[in-house]
Amino acid sequence: MRIPLSEEVVKLKPSGIRKFFDIVHEMKDAISLGVGEPDFDTPWHIRDEGIYSLEKGKTIYTSNSGLIQLRQEIAKYLERRYNVSYDPATEMLITVGGSEGIDVGLRAMLNPGDEVLIPQPSYVSYEPCTIIAGGKPVIIELKAENEFRLTEKELRDAITDKTKVLILPFPNNPTGAIMEESDLVNIAKVCVEKDIFVMSDEIYAELTYKGKHVSIASLPGMKERTILINGFSKAYAMTGWRLGYACGPKEVISQMTKIHQYCIMCAPTTSQYAAIEAVKNGDDDIAMMRNAYDQRRRFLLNAFKEMGLECFEPFGAFYVFPCIKEFGMTSEEFATRFLEEEKVAAVPGTAFGDCGEGFLRISYAYSLEHLKTAMERLERFVTKLRAEKENG
Amino acid sequence: MREKILSVIEKNSRIEIKELAVLLGMDEVAVANELKAMEEEGIICGYHTLIDWEKTSIETVSALIEVKVTPQRGQGFDNIAERIYQYPEVNAVYLISGGFDLLVSIEGKTLKEVSLFVSEKLSTLETVISTSTHFVLKKYKDHGTILGKKAIDEREKITL
Repeated sequence: MRIPLSEEVVKLKPSGIRKFFDIVHEMKDAISLGVGEPDFDTPWHIRDEGIYSLEKGKTIYTSNSGLIQLRQEIAKYLERRYNVSYDPATEMLITVGGSEGIDVGLRAMLNPGDEVLIPQPSYVSYEPCTIIAGGKPVIIELKAENEFRLTEKELRDAITDKTKVLILPFPNNPTGAIMEESDLVNIAKVCVEKDIFVMSDEIYAELTYKGKHVSIASLPGMKERTILINGFSKAYAMTGWRLGYACGPKEVISQMTKIHQYCIMCAPTTSQYAAIEAVKNGDDDIAMMRNAYDQRRRFLLNAFKEMGLECFEPFGAFYVFPCIKEFGMTSEEFATRFLEEEKVAAVPGTAFGDCGEGFLRISYAYSLEHLKTAMERLERFVTKLRAEKENG
Repeated sequence: MREKILSVIEKNSRIEIKELAVLLGMDEVAVANELKAMEEEGIICGYHTLIDWEKTSIETVSALIEVKVTPQRGQGFDNIAERIYQYPEVNAVYLISGGFDLLVSIEGKTLKEVSLFVSEKLSTLETVISTSTHFVLKKYKDHGTILGKKAIDEREKITL
């Protein structure tokens, strides 16, 4: 009997570093710095609306694009927070998390051989989604000396006559890097000049700790060439609700909606009702959580400074990305030994692309007490490694 | 700056000044000065510990007492409130709107002790018209903290 498998799919790499993840899975008593989701519960008033919608029997499909009330509220929110205006009727699609928006967006835009520029280190789905959509991923390796921002030169150097889409993953997972308005202006200029479309993954937009997040879609000439991806997971601590949205020119959104219609039908109805409450009345919750993350961010940076561990100051998401090159090990070796010897799980930078080598992603979606324990262990570990190195 | 300091120490009064300064991205000396100033100005009134007495071997009984009083000319409720809050068993006294005037929170060792306080001390005050005592059967949440339950982190150890 033949096993029916797509060669293209079989060839895809599984996400992350299997061997390391298997050890983490085995080690029940290890503490973790490896999560990619908030430690907060979804704020009660949002959960309450979800429950209420169930009580009222709102258990049916919504329109393919999502509840119009939700799209209208998101439009108001985007206008209020990021100064971008979208028509809720034609320029918006409610998706199953930001992830679906990435997948469907790439499938709607790419023809075989089209090149997609993917800055790395970055979230793991851009590359496989590009391949599944028939496109060709072109990796741009971001540099620590630029604080992992994308520079105009890096972008120009990667462009060919086949380049179609640039993925812009900021605030960034795993580095915590942000792109400020002055950085984005240069990128926008190149995109307009070279007629490149942008997929801007702004899922961490609300978690920005320096000024206010700027969306590239708000820059002149960019709204018409940007698909904005956002969602509820990080900002409102709603990961399990699986809800996101994509905004962009109606020509692209309508094609995305077509794919979404055939393979998803509509995003979860309960989540959509809860999300209406989130975008309408969730600004204070965001501020509270952002403030807590910011304190932890400062705590970790200070801890690194005290143990002499090199780390640029990241201003976004809930990750720090310290450099571990001084120990002469690969990220995976470091992470594995850290796990085995101190029972702390942190993700090797290479899980997010080859250029993450020499770095470690540490999440601060944890209580301060938890982070304190983890930093005590990290300090003990690096002290030991330095002593080992000294003694040859 | 004061608001930021207060929001942290409201939840964790044991935090060291050095750490508080790190969390807030402020200068350590400046934080220490602000704390001292706020103590002197009576903004910070104390540093207490939230205890779930249920989990100890010490028996306590607490009650909320609604008190109706006759306000006094020129003094309003202040004098009578002052009379009541002097008793050491009284935890809190609030002037409230609605059917009653004062809400008195009281903590005693036994039911009898609380009852005696109400019948002998509180009710006998001249201006007190009536009282209504509600014994606390179980504390679920106190000072913004859910009692009795310890949160377990159910998240996957690693998500990318």
